[in-house]
Amino acid sequence: MIKLIPRNQPSKSMIALTPLIAVLLTMLVGGALFVALGKDPFAAIRMIFWDPLFGEHAFYYRGQILIKAAPLIIIALGLSFGFRAGIWNIGAEGQFIMGAICGGAVGLAAYPSDSWLLYPAMVLAGALGGMLWGLIPAFLKIRFNANEILVSLMLVYVAVNFLSGMVTGPLRNPDGFNFPESRAFQSFSAAHNPEIWAGTGIHIGVLVMLGLVVGCYVMLTRHIFGFNIRLAGQAPRAARFAGISPNRMIMICLGLSGALAGMAGLFEVTGPAGKLSTTFPLGYGFTAIIVAFLGRLHPVGIFLAGLLLAVTYVGGDIIQSQLSLPKASIQVFQGMLLFFLLAVDVLVMYRIQLLQRRVR
Amino acid sequence: MKLLNTLLAGAALAIGLGGMAHAEDKTKVGFVYVGPVGDFGWSYEHDQGRQAVEKAFGDKVETVFVESVPEGADSERVMTQMALDGADLIFTTSFGYMDPTINVAAKFPNVKFEHATGYKRAENVSTYSARFYEGRTVIGHIAGHMTETNTIGYIASFPIPEVIRGINSAYLAAKKVNPDVKMKIVWVYTWFDPGKEADAASALIDQGADIIMQHTDSPAAMTIAEEKGIYAFGQASDMKQFGPNARLSSIIDDWAPYYIARTKAVMDGTWVSTDTWDGIKPGMVEIGEFSDKIPADVQASATAIKEALEAGTMHSFTGPLNKQDGTAWLAEGETADDGTLAGMNFYVEGVEGEIPN
Repeated sequence: MIKLIPRNQPSKSMIALTPLIAVLLTMLVGGALFVALGKDPFAAIRMIFWDPLFGEHAFYYRGQILIKAAPLIIIALGLSFGFRAGIWNIGAEGQFIMGAICGGAVGLAAYPSDSWLLYPAMVLAGALGGMLWGLIPAFLKIRFNANEILVSLMLVYVAVNFLSGMVTGPLRNPDGFNFPESRAFQSFSAAHNPEIWAGTGIHIGVLVMLGLVVGCYVMLTRHIFGFNIRLAGQAPRAARFAGISPNRMIMICLGLSGALAGMAGLFEVTGPAGKLSTTFPLGYGFTAIIVAFLGRLHPVGIFLAGLLLAVTYVGGDIIQSQLSLPKASIQVFQGMLLFFLLAVDVLVMYRIQLLQRRVR
Repeated sequence: MKLLNTLLAGAALAIGLGGMAHAEDKTKVGFVYVGPVGDFGWSYEHDQGRQAVEKAFGDKVETVFVESVPEGADSERVMTQMALDGADLIFTTSFGYMDPTINVAAKFPNVKFEHATGYKRAENVSTYSARFYEGRTVIGHIAGHMTETNTIGYIASFPIPEVIRGINSAYLAAKKVNPDVKMKIVWVYTWFDPGKEADAASALIDQGADIIMQHTDSPAAMTIAEEKGIYAFGQASDMKQFGPNARLSSIIDDWAPYYIARTKAVMDGTWVSTDTWDGIKPGMVEIGEFSDKIPADVQASATAIKEALEAGTMHSFTGPLNKQDGTAWLAEGETADDGTLAGMNFYVEGVEGEIPN
């Protein structure tokens, strides 16, 4: 029998190296997968990791990486506070959608306004919408002790259906031939989140994301709130004695992660996605959970993890078209990344003991 | 800041010129699919068209494709990537790629784009679609004869003109031969989701449907029909292997002739932006082989309808026809014009229920 025994002192350097080892293992086993599919593994790995960053057309792909990474990082930053404090918001996808709907609705209601105040109002509405959606599981947890994992997850499906109700009903483009989608936000610039510099992929959401990485870093390491979060996660009893109210913590963590997810949603629909439709949510809210853990719940780590995942998405599409690989093989590759991260984590935190049958 | 702006302007320019940068003699054709090529429906048939292009031109073409591309920023990236990699012609095969196609086409004036089922064109963007409703007239006729419960189940994707047109067309043809026929419609709000499509099929069967039609891409409903021992029609692809007993016939999209012709036009330098809407006649819509479960006389009348549509002596929407609310639409002998068909947002008289909105 195999038994996992926690290590007394997990190696600090190994903990830091884990993501790197996981990436290397993914390249190794992923390479074998590509060989099995009859493709050149070195070309495939190069196309996934190198070409988007330094290849011939990298000037374009770098911007695209930022576009993919921005929502992942913004959401993951919000989630990381709750995850540190042991509050599990699994429903960021729902909060992302609700933020997009609320903020988008404000913009659509003002069509064809050209006020510069409109966009800030939309961002605010997006953050509020996401926050309120995140506060539902918080309220139910505090009031009825309902499990926030289940409640927040289930609310994703409510949000998805609410979205399809909205885009087939009140928010549908009146000039859109009955298609279930809203007016395109690029049709009136006050509500549009454009590329600020053409070709760079940098939109308002990317700038906000960069600001948030710094802000969260400061908050986590220099601010009493960050200290409280870490304390509540590592020593809940001590946190109670220190006067930290668990209920307040729940409200803050779910509200904050909801607000950030909602804001990310608003940036996404007004920018890269372009309009509200049933197909605009791509699962960023779920992928962000991976990003948060891959980044060790640390703002800088999350930033790097978000970029890494974005690279595999952009690179994944490159090898698909250049090597005629099926999409599923790329998804397997991306899945391996998380799998190896978790596996290496286990081996760093625990040691394996083979138990021998006791002799009587 | 100034330096940054200069650099970026340079990058933007490079994007604009990307399409010119390649100097290969092979014509490169890209395909963007909304579903997996293994959906055995919509994307599968587009990929068959791609393979036909390869077969037709051999060494003179190179084709690339990316499957399951979400409609939005991702599709814009995939198209841009194909253009940067030197594609001369790019087929974008889902309605939702409309704005992305227009956006990317503006950045690559030298690359030709072909957008399926959309309505926005540009100097270098054509649109093309098929008159699937003609096929529905044929299968509606068969369904009207074959149903015993007088209930046809219809799995509809989105309440858009194309889908509504299909419902109306199938209903009219069925009603013509069976005045008691009813159509039950379930909206699934997806093009491809085997789980949802299967649930919809089961729900329709529970409501008494003994024939299923679908406007979605997977063979899930066909599988359910086979299990429950009722009938269904292949959609986009023949789907016979999924329902050897259930399948009565099918509407097959055949994109190959169009894709070959358009690729040839790019090679010859004769490509111009057009709007194509072809039906049974040029072979863009095909009717799959009839099952021997269909009685010989019905087979004959269905064939006659198909031939009449092909010859242009018959139109799927011929008056007198009323709209669902009883108001007159087409007078005796009048046929629907393409404009009305393209924007169709009403049911014809006799269809029950409301178009969701």
